[in-house]
Amino acid sequence: MQQLLTSIFEPGFFSSEPVHVALVIGGAAAIVSAIVGVFTVMRGQSFAGHALSDVSTAGGSGAFLIGLSPLVGFVGLGVVGATTMDAIGVRRVRGRDLATGIVLGGSIGLAALFLYLGTTSGATTGATQQILFGSIFSIDSSTIPLVIVFSAVAIAIIAALYRPLLLSSVSNDVAAARGVPLRLVGLLFMAALAVAVGLSSLTIGAILSTALLVGPAAIALRLTARPGIALLVAGVIGVGVTWAGVLLAYDSYYWGTSRQGYPVSFFIVTLVFLLYLASGLRERKG
Amino acid sequence: MFSGFMINAWTIATVVAIVAGVVGFFVVLRGSAFPAHAIPKGAFAGAAAANLLGINALVGLGVFAVLAALGIGTLGRRGRQDAVTALALVMMLAIGAVLLSRSSQYEPQIYALLFGEVLGVSTTELLPVALLGMVCIAAVMLLYRPLLLSSIVPEIAEARGIRARRVEMAFLLVVAVATAVTVPVVGALLIFSLMIGPPAAARSFTDRPSLALVLSVVFALVTVWAAIAISYLSNWPIGFFVGAIGAISYGIGRVWSGLRGAREAQSGRRAGLAA
Repeated sequence: MQQLLTSIFEPGFFSSEPVHVALVIGGAAAIVSAIVGVFTVMRGQSFAGHALSDVSTAGGSGAFLIGLSPLVGFVGLGVVGATTMDAIGVRRVRGRDLATGIVLGGSIGLAALFLYLGTTSGATTGATQQILFGSIFSIDSSTIPLVIVFSAVAIAIIAALYRPLLLSSVSNDVAAARGVPLRLVGLLFMAALAVAVGLSSLTIGAILSTALLVGPAAIALRLTARPGIALLVAGVIGVGVTWAGVLLAYDSYYWGTSRQGYPVSFFIVTLVFLLYLASGLRERKG
Repeated sequence: MFSGFMINAWTIATVVAIVAGVVGFFVVLRGSAFPAHAIPKGAFAGAAAANLLGINALVGLGVFAVLAALGIGTLGRRGRQDAVTALALVMMLAIGAVLLSRSSQYEPQIYALLFGEVLGVSTTELLPVALLGMVCIAAVMLLYRPLLLSSIVPEIAEARGIRARRVEMAFLLVVAVATAVTVPVVGALLIFSLMIGPPAAARSFTDRPSLALVLSVVFALVTVWAAIAISYLSNWPIGFFVGAIGAISYGIGRVWSGLRGAREAQSGRRAGLAA
């Protein structure tokens, strides 16, 4: 038994500081992403959710350039981007995707400029890669309190909006008939989405941000039609894959002889993808 | 600005702009902005793989782009297409992350793959890009009517025996080929700006599909040419100008269509009063 445990948890896993931080921040990001994600998938706004991670990345590189805290850049430009998307394309679903695309295109241009200026004005080895992929193992533990506060904000918005948000996500017409202020609910939801995505792209990188936002929620919504249960299932899946991914990435260092680990994002995304495929099999039978 | 190596840049940028203008027109019409973003961005991993294996980047890009298109097309039939697109994208990016962690890739090369390196195009790269570009345009011309019908009035297309799923799949493959053509030149991220901005602007100026298609190509050409010229003069990255001009032209288009809508409403009211 002892031997089995040590072969699963390679030496030093529980005493490693970066692992602790990765487990805490990864877990928090996974829960927030899963909760916001269920509504994102229900509303068909996965594209906006993904685009916002790129938008906040542009904000992050801009903040880096002028010496602001990256958190301000990530969340700040994310919220601005989300508001712009909401302002220019609300009428139809297609118009919404187009609006998302325009905002995304503009911010990618900005990111190109900021990264270029950043790399020519100073030494920023790996900045492009860091911003693109992020690294859960290189988080500074001092950011934990801020991350928790912003996560609480995002969850509070969702909790306060729960009924009208759910209603408008299931059916816009029914919600409108019941007097739900659709514009306001949509805008507030976009703000919560921007905060959640900005946080997760800062801490765990853009890839994982989208994976944890859309993946667990899409899996949960394939397994159950009840929103309350879907939220719970998505949260459990999100935390489960994140922790399993961190463990596998840590262990992968001991695989083979090269002593070179695999990126944690690879494991988490692969687990999410496989679970999504598996949930499809179940759905077909059921 | 027009000497020596710059000639290649102008030529290849023109090919890219035409392809992006034509394919982008249908991307906007069909509301496929997300796949059009996901396929090039995911294919970026293919270029990284090619680099690691020491083969031509065009091959890696092409293979990954086609895989992404097939994945999105088949998985999207059941389940929500936007969620599937997001998952396919992150899966490919994660594979890219592994490949990059295995190679000692030089940072500026990654930047170039993402944001483009139009000034570094060699003469030997011109021919395959031009050929693939022509394949792309030919495929769109071949698919023109079914694509148009199934994008605008899906019910009529269905009634005429056009299979929506096949058209969708064929279209995703066209996007994949366009990706392979354009990514080495303008980068995995910026080709998206070029496929969205000019066509979206073109659509705000006219309702006629054929005219909008022509306008879309014209806008894409103007965007790319202006971006190269300004980038050459200012030494700032071309990607910034492509993104900015795309967003601005869309903004102008929106203002224009807003004004037109107001004018039509006004003349409509006058007509109503006269009657």
